[in-house]
Amino acid sequence: MELNFTGTDICAVNGTRGTPEAYYDVVVVGAGPSGIAAATEAKQAGKSVLLVDENPISGALMGNDVPLYFGGRMTAATQNSERMLEAVFMSMPALETAMEAGVELLLGTTAWGVYRNGPGVATLPEQLVGLADAERSWLVGFGQIVLATGARDLALAFPGWNQPGVMGAAALQMLLTRYDAFAGRRILVLGSHDLALETALLALERGLEVAGLVEVRDIPQGKADLVAKVKAAGISIRCGQTIASAKGGIDGVTEATLSGGETIACDTICVAVGLVPSIELVDAMHGPRTLNATRGGYIPAGEPTVSAVGDCAGLPDTGFDHIAYRTDWMRALSNVSADDTIICQCEEVTRADLIGVQPPHYLNRAAPMCARSLETLLKDGPANPDQIKRLTRAGMGVCQGRRCRDQVAMLLALESNVPFGTIPLASHRAPVRPLPMKILADWNEPAELTAAWDVWFGIPTQWVPVEDIGTKHEDEHRAMLYTGMYL
Amino acid sequence: MSASHVVIVGGGVTGLSAGWWLARSGVSVTVLDKFIVGWEASGRNGGGASHYQSPLFDEEQRLWPQMEELLGYPVEHQKGRMIIAMTERQWEQYRFVAERHHRLGHPVEVLDTKQVQEAVPLAGNNCFGGVHYKFGGHANPQRSVQAYAWALQDLGGKIIQHSPVTGFETAGGKVTAVKTATATYGCDAVVVAAGPQIPQLMAQLGVNVPLAPARAEMIITEPAPMMPLTGVDGHKLYGRQTMRGNLAYGGGPHEWIDVDATGPKARPSTPLMRNLASRLAELFPKAAHLNIIRSWAGVIENSPDGRPILDRLSSPDNVTVASMSGVGFGLSPASGHAIRDLVIDGKCSFADIDILKLSRFDKLEADWREKRGWMPIS
Repeated sequence: MELNFTGTDICAVNGTRGTPEAYYDVVVVGAGPSGIAAATEAKQAGKSVLLVDENPISGALMGNDVPLYFGGRMTAATQNSERMLEAVFMSMPALETAMEAGVELLLGTTAWGVYRNGPGVATLPEQLVGLADAERSWLVGFGQIVLATGARDLALAFPGWNQPGVMGAAALQMLLTRYDAFAGRRILVLGSHDLALETALLALERGLEVAGLVEVRDIPQGKADLVAKVKAAGISIRCGQTIASAKGGIDGVTEATLSGGETIACDTICVAVGLVPSIELVDAMHGPRTLNATRGGYIPAGEPTVSAVGDCAGLPDTGFDHIAYRTDWMRALSNVSADDTIICQCEEVTRADLIGVQPPHYLNRAAPMCARSLETLLKDGPANPDQIKRLTRAGMGVCQGRRCRDQVAMLLALESNVPFGTIPLASHRAPVRPLPMKILADWNEPAELTAAWDVWFGIPTQWVPVEDIGTKHEDEHRAMLYTGMYL
Repeated sequence: MSASHVVIVGGGVTGLSAGWWLARSGVSVTVLDKFIVGWEASGRNGGGASHYQSPLFDEEQRLWPQMEELLGYPVEHQKGRMIIAMTERQWEQYRFVAERHHRLGHPVEVLDTKQVQEAVPLAGNNCFGGVHYKFGGHANPQRSVQAYAWALQDLGGKIIQHSPVTGFETAGGKVTAVKTATATYGCDAVVVAAGPQIPQLMAQLGVNVPLAPARAEMIITEPAPMMPLTGVDGHKLYGRQTMRGNLAYGGGPHEWIDVDATGPKARPSTPLMRNLASRLAELFPKAAHLNIIRSWAGVIENSPDGRPILDRLSSPDNVTVASMSGVGFGLSPASGHAIRDLVIDGKCSFADIDILKLSRFDKLEADWREKRGWMPIS
């Protein structure tokens, strides 16, 4: 077979990508107070500005605890997207001010990926952000991106946490304030730092019962004035204890049992031990990030065209070591719960299987497999959460590891007896929100890209059966399949 | 030849399989990897195991059904493939391929839309038909690379991770040791199976190995109901339904890149995932509502003709070079066997693999990458 090289690989991506639908000098992701302020300020400085916010979140996503740990405690009102859109808009008067200033606002719009040229990719037309609403996805070019994505809930595992009614503090606050759609009545709060205290006071203010706070350390952890307010409201803080288990029925949690043996009736257990800055987009775009224990975890390290504001840039630094605090919780919870406690809800991975680096139960575990564990794996090198994920499937599910990634990292640090900071951050990948195939799909593909599409590299000699090389069949193969498909 | 201690450069699937085969023959094996076993393309590919184009095909087919038992660890091997045509042109092409399989004696069956849907219920009424390969299959790349590594260790082999190879020591026309930044590993023979880093490493031995690296992308969905047949290609996509139910698919244009001696600096996926998603939604219309939950990219190297380079060199004569040219995972049970034979016996015992010799590129023009358009955008 004679090959005529033209200097061009028709199956390479070079020059085949489409152009983005729009360009903005500044795109702001997240319309909380920090995002609105950043967008308004940029607009006032004469820039073209797009402000996107994923709220209202679809009921389906909420059910998967994305992006916050909603724990199935939303009212049916969250299924009504028009009502939720109105609720979200009305809850943020500053949105109207930003729009009046000329900021373009898209609610119900997710930023699922940020892309720019760099190591390993040089074919993008410009810096891009991928957006999606309930109907479709599209790409927008930008000069500067401001991430105001807030912080997400730290989830913690205990027996019974995988049922409705166990939820995070950020999700509870969101349902109480922006959505007015919380379905619980009586809440037990885990934690006693500012987040837990503020959440308890908010719940009380909204007319809910607070059954108490549980604190793993010996004394309440938050600001003295908040502790005083909580105590003045008659809410007890049970210190030196953790939760041992939660029991429930078809509607979820009905009671919690503490490690001291006390049983507390409640329909909601709010895990208010910590928030984690939402850096999914930064990590998925291979942006630099650093671990900062007093600001809640990994935070964006900053780049010329990428900035972070609000909780995404790190929780307010009060000197409190969030990593040490949540590790104390993790250690105590592990000490009082059985090894078969589920850590990854999506993939039903238990702590024993995680630490045993065992495969899921639908696979065979022959004797050599059973003999393997984290301990044997550590002889080959330090623990890496992405490797553990591949072996155990912990973090591989539809919640994209939101409920378990922080716990897995803490457990690996505890089991390896190394500082938390030496455990690499498990990778985030686009789309940073689960997105239906038909929504993510590019239904207006450029003709150049269609023409370049081959199942693999399009090398005409690569898939010629060895028996056919040098025969007439080789030419037939090329005539039928070249520039089309190489099987 | 006596090769009582073999150092393997590269803990990808090819190097690990070679190490496992050598260890099975009683050879003392050390695998050196720059990071963690199977971290690059070996653990990021589509998992297909149906490579009829290769001289290693029969051995690939013979071995996969036994691999879990031979290794002692799960690999998630599933039998059979289907390729589904979504356009008239694809249908013409796939039937051509079916005829070719008949001619070569590979069992295939051409199916109409209804028959396709019986085996692949997520397929829609919009397909033209399919070709069912009653051979081949797929496995889980991530689980398989670790299975090779563990099985190798169980036979006494060593895996040294986080240890990029920096060079070699030579004497008397042989490589006598392999060097990393912190240690020197003496050896009787070397296998260089370092993927895109092969050219830089072999240049240190004065051997030119023409390989060009590129980046390719995949996506995965949340789990779908299990289909009777899980190895489904078509519509210019390749992929599989995992045993958990996820649909993992790739295909489409690649990007040529440069990789230095330390390996890829990043493996970014791009908005190309949207085009993978649209094709997958057409291939499986009944799964179009499923969430895409991840995308990723991997870096693979290609030889000028897209075929592997599996060769025991004449000088230094104890060096075996192994690149599978972007199609390494599925063939790994067989490529490891072939490399074992080359290292110990100097010749592959089960197939004629002369076509995979490096010497076929002796007269390759210096600007072969430019001629093919296989250069990165500068």
